[in-house]
Amino acid sequence: MKGIITVLGKDKVGIIAKVCTYLADRNVNILDISQTIVQDYFNMMMIVDISQAAKSTEVLVEELQQIGEEIGVEIKLQHEDIFNIMHRI
Amino acid sequence: MISLVEVQETNKMIREMNLDVRTITMGISLMDCAHTDLKVFNQKIYDKITKSAEKLVKTGEDLEKQFGVPIVNKRISVTPISIAAGSLNTDSYVPVAEALDKAAKEVGVNFIGGFSALVQKGCTTGDRKLIESIPEALAVTERVCSSVNVGSSRSGINMDAVKLMGDIIRQTAERTADRDSIGCAKLVVFCNAVEDNPFMAGAFHGVGERECVINVGVSGPGVVKRALEEVKGQDFETLCETIKRTAFKVTRVGQLVAQEASKRLGVPFGIIDLSLAPTPLIGDSIAEIFQVMGLEEAGAPGTTAALAILNDNVKKGGVMASSYVGGLSGAFIPVSEDHGMIQAVQRGALTLEKLEAMTCVCSVGLDMIAIPGDTSKETISGIIADEAAIGMVNNKTTAVRIIPVIGKAVGEMVEFGGLLGYAPIMPVNSFNCAGFIDRGGRIPAPIHSFKN
Repeated sequence: MKGIITVLGKDKVGIIAKVCTYLADRNVNILDISQTIVQDYFNMMMIVDISQAAKSTEVLVEELQQIGEEIGVEIKLQHEDIFNIMHRI
Repeated sequence: MISLVEVQETNKMIREMNLDVRTITMGISLMDCAHTDLKVFNQKIYDKITKSAEKLVKTGEDLEKQFGVPIVNKRISVTPISIAAGSLNTDSYVPVAEALDKAAKEVGVNFIGGFSALVQKGCTTGDRKLIESIPEALAVTERVCSSVNVGSSRSGINMDAVKLMGDIIRQTAERTADRDSIGCAKLVVFCNAVEDNPFMAGAFHGVGERECVINVGVSGPGVVKRALEEVKGQDFETLCETIKRTAFKVTRVGQLVAQEASKRLGVPFGIIDLSLAPTPLIGDSIAEIFQVMGLEEAGAPGTTAALAILNDNVKKGGVMASSYVGGLSGAFIPVSEDHGMIQAVQRGALTLEKLEAMTCVCSVGLDMIAIPGDTSKETISGIIADEAAIGMVNNKTTAVRIIPVIGKAVGEMVEFGGLLGYAPIMPVNSFNCAGFIDRGGRIPAPIHSFKN
């Protein structure tokens, strides 16, 4: 099962490091990363494989959200289907 | 592969435009609970509902997390109680409503629909008992919703029931006078009621439905409004295309949630109701869509045409996005649940008569309209008859959910709270119609040939 992680917020040192460390600890594999920075605003998207994850999707969603709150950015993990179904016929 | 732009678009819809799945409604048949003893019957329906819907709320919450899209309501609809309770040896169905309320609280749903009767052609003994129990049932319960179907295109309008419902609405208002007559906000009078509607207060689980089913209602007025802002001033072709595209995307989310909910609960998927259902939030309003279309306020000349465009294109876009479409499907125009409509009423742009005209082309009917507390029962029946006639002749569902707020007069505000919103009391044409309503009997079904 693939998930999409989005990170949105003011750019600062260590955002990717923090998220990636968390994902590695939970056995989540990163398949793709893309990011843009517009006027100091950090916008990142990761495609991750959560089928081997050590925790359930609901827990990952909550924990990533907490990490986001700690470092002052918004982090969301969503099942990729919501994007596939909306943008692909 | 999904692109950053697409991901951003979806999340912007959720974050800034109030995209949500409005309701996951589980329809449950109570046919097998029939019994002559009230206590046994109540225990049976309580057990069946709490068992069938045990995981409904939890599943909704899990899906919300998994897809990152809000699922606002989790609800239950049941077989019309007048049918399921038809063999009871009792004069009042109020204890049945209490059992439904208790079951709803146990499983954590905010509304349970189906305290209903279908009397388009005539009343059975059970139907009459149910209708007469409505005022008390809605006063002593919190989450039970009631509906009565008084007409259909096939059988005409049961004017005895229309007359009775005017009285029942007044009684319901009086029984809940201490709470701004909120009982009436949970009572809908239909013509051409549908059996698979997931939206309250008019949801019930029809007799043609299977044992248990998942129906989903989508929403998204904010998303449509924002999309239309991008094409401001462009021609109607562009306007319609934009609504269709947006409705498609919104409905796809509903379809995904419905299929996943159905899989996790082990309950078959019924239908998606393609609806634009507003909430009192700013940016989640049908009236704001009219403004973006070029009208100063909802109710200005052109509003009926604008609503017709909106309604039709929501369906055109939504139909391809879902494998099964049903329910009420269209744009809702409740007054108290839409801050733009409330503003239009306060500014004098929107009247009851204009709303009636709008119901000819919208999803349902006169919805969540507060009227003076001294409105007579005959006048309420007259309003119901007019609305039912529109539904009967035009082969569409129409409904009346009107609240005579006891002790309040035109211009005063009434606060229902939460999703039910707030509303200014609207003036009603108070010329007498009692001579018409008192006639009794039925209006025969209309001719559906000679369509010119």
